[in-house]
Amino acid sequence: MLDLKSLALATLLTPLAAAVFTGVLGRNLSKSWVHTLCIGAVGVASILSCSILTSLVFFQTEALNIHLYTWAVAGDISFQAGLLIDKLTAAMMCIVTFISFMVHIYTVGYMRDDAGYRRFFSYITLFTFGMLVLVTSNNFLQLFFGWEMVGVISYLLIGFWFHKESATVANFKAFIINRIGDFGFILGIAAIAYGFGTLDYARVFSQVETVAVSGQAIMLFNPIAIPIIPFACICLFIGAMGKSAQVPLHVWLPDSMEGPTPISALIHAATMVTAGVFMVARLSALFEHSAFALHFILLIGTLTCLLMGLVALVQNDIKRIIAYSTLSQLGYMMIAMGVSAYPIGIFHLVTHAFFKALLFLGAGSVIMALHHEQNIWQMGDLKKYMPITYITMLIGSLALIGFPPFAGFYSKDLIIEAVKVSTMPGASIAYYIALGSVLITALYTFRLFFVVFHSKATMSVETISHLCEPSLNIRLPLIVLALLSMSAGYLLVGPLLQGYFNGSITINDALHPGFAMLQAHFQGAFAMALQGFWQLPFYLSMAGVLIAWLCYVRYPQLSSHIQKTFPSLNKILNHKFGFDTFYEKIAMQGMSLGRSFWQQWDNKLIDGMGVNGTANAIDHIANRLRQFQTGHLYHYAFFMILGFLLLISWMLLTQPGVK
Amino acid sequence: MIALSDYLTFSAILFGLGVAGIFMNRKNVITLLMCLELILLSVSTNFIAFSHYLHDLEGQLFVFFILTVAAAEAAIGLAILVVLFRKKGTINVDKMDMLKG
Repeated sequence: MLDLKSLALATLLTPLAAAVFTGVLGRNLSKSWVHTLCIGAVGVASILSCSILTSLVFFQTEALNIHLYTWAVAGDISFQAGLLIDKLTAAMMCIVTFISFMVHIYTVGYMRDDAGYRRFFSYITLFTFGMLVLVTSNNFLQLFFGWEMVGVISYLLIGFWFHKESATVANFKAFIINRIGDFGFILGIAAIAYGFGTLDYARVFSQVETVAVSGQAIMLFNPIAIPIIPFACICLFIGAMGKSAQVPLHVWLPDSMEGPTPISALIHAATMVTAGVFMVARLSALFEHSAFALHFILLIGTLTCLLMGLVALVQNDIKRIIAYSTLSQLGYMMIAMGVSAYPIGIFHLVTHAFFKALLFLGAGSVIMALHHEQNIWQMGDLKKYMPITYITMLIGSLALIGFPPFAGFYSKDLIIEAVKVSTMPGASIAYYIALGSVLITALYTFRLFFVVFHSKATMSVETISHLCEPSLNIRLPLIVLALLSMSAGYLLVGPLLQGYFNGSITINDALHPGFAMLQAHFQGAFAMALQGFWQLPFYLSMAGVLIAWLCYVRYPQLSSHIQKTFPSLNKILNHKFGFDTFYEKIAMQGMSLGRSFWQQWDNKLIDGMGVNGTANAIDHIANRLRQFQTGHLYHYAFFMILGFLLLISWMLLTQPGVK
Repeated sequence: MIALSDYLTFSAILFGLGVAGIFMNRKNVITLLMCLELILLSVSTNFIAFSHYLHDLEGQLFVFFILTVAAAEAAIGLAILVVLFRKKGTINVDKMDMLKG
């Protein structure tokens, strides 16, 4: 059997090789060659990831932490590339490669007639590589490299249809908002380098106690000193807020839906946006030492969870509803991080990856059947025409609202329990908000579901006549993901609570006993599902489904009536709490400032006075001076004599000897 | 006895006439050449006067050189004049301002 290092390297390099090959030579390859190559590479990576997981779990292989290459050395800090393969990494690798594999297969059907078919495959395979670099990194620098790489590919893919103006605007927005987050992220990395003198995870974690006790601090504006660990944690988390789209840096994610649907499923739901969650879990040893940072995470997570769920209620675009739902679920994951239940956050990440990818791919199937119609009010009664999409979407929706024993139930229920038992101040408020969000989740999920599949058909007769189930390579990922959305929670909850992440995630049980308590109370997956039927979240989600049914199936006029009754609420939600407006105002200020710099400073001072000013002055003086050059001989002679006389008289007047 | 100062005065007058001729003549290039000869003559007169006064023959020697150079200069000047006339059809000094900036 191969050792872990070669397996991990092969997992990383196979997608890279396929991406580069199709990217460089794609033009000369036929479509079927391109997708065979890419799907093959990601499939191999997926199998290799599974074998890594297997060898870690079943053969008890030691976790791998090696340096591969030293990139640069500056003083005491060396910048290295390396691999850290432990159970957390292996789980992430499996999720990334598996979802990517499913999306690759789906893409064959979805992008069939697109002119950028080869480019698309090259990008998403490269994305898989970037994500793998991010999760297998053993130091902050490589983490940052992967982080930026997936950011760039996300940018490229949001703007994949670059001839659409809205798509290019959206990818700029995503890129710029992510820059704000990344600014915090790189400051955090700098703080780590400053405080710990190394960027290597293992060495940072081994020093974390010492640094925490020593009270080493960063001087921010001279009198204000901030202890290094909270500072680094907050900065790193700001990076996570950008990448994982947490309030207030979330505004790019709904707009990123301009990209093709497979991308929304892979990058903007299942993998890339969860990088922030992964990062916090990876650095749990660091975050455990900063109560302040954890509070901050809890606050941001709670806000995101509630606010974005509410916005999802009024959206009309099928992909945007799911995007806001993703934001809300990312909020749940961050809540779990905030109360130090990192394994549960990762668990929700995994189950969410399955059912959210499923929902997006199902939405893509609907969009394709309706010839790129995304408005849910232009759909309706699709149950009759697309039974497989209908059933898989139903499973995805049930998993999302946490219906026992679907995947989402286990992870979401555990998060809510973890918040409930948390002793952190403010956790009780977070608990009630998390509960409320369950209702909201059910409401928006089933609003979408009922309007699309049950309400009266509003499409034209011609569209209806074309309606049919998509091709096999679209149905297959749907079915596989649906099966996983049903079973993943049941299968994984046991290992999770029996200490799967021991050794890769650090929790200070004395300060944050929540996760340990949950572990102690766990009586098996089946018992948990049965208990789930008698608990508050279940009733809340059923209430949500019922309200959705009443408003959108039984009494369709009810929803517009509610809208008219609460116009201000409706307005606030439609404006998405004004985040976009706020940023536009800020950006306008920045732009006018920039414009005045450009016009006053650059155009007038630098160009007007400096560069062109010198040239203009020389030109002006030369124009005056050339008047002396008359071309007449007698003028030259006159000046010669004049000069001669002046020289003579000067000599006579100044030289004492000549008199 | 003619004093040295008389020679010098005479020479200065010649020189002044020559220079004034160069300045004031706006018509004819030939006049310019003649004015140049006048200036050279005034210099030669100075040389001879000082040579006689200081009993030094070197001054008179220089005058021979000057005369030679002046003859050559006059020949070249006239040749240029002929070419100029062929080229431009005029020898008017006012018309010759091709170096005007």
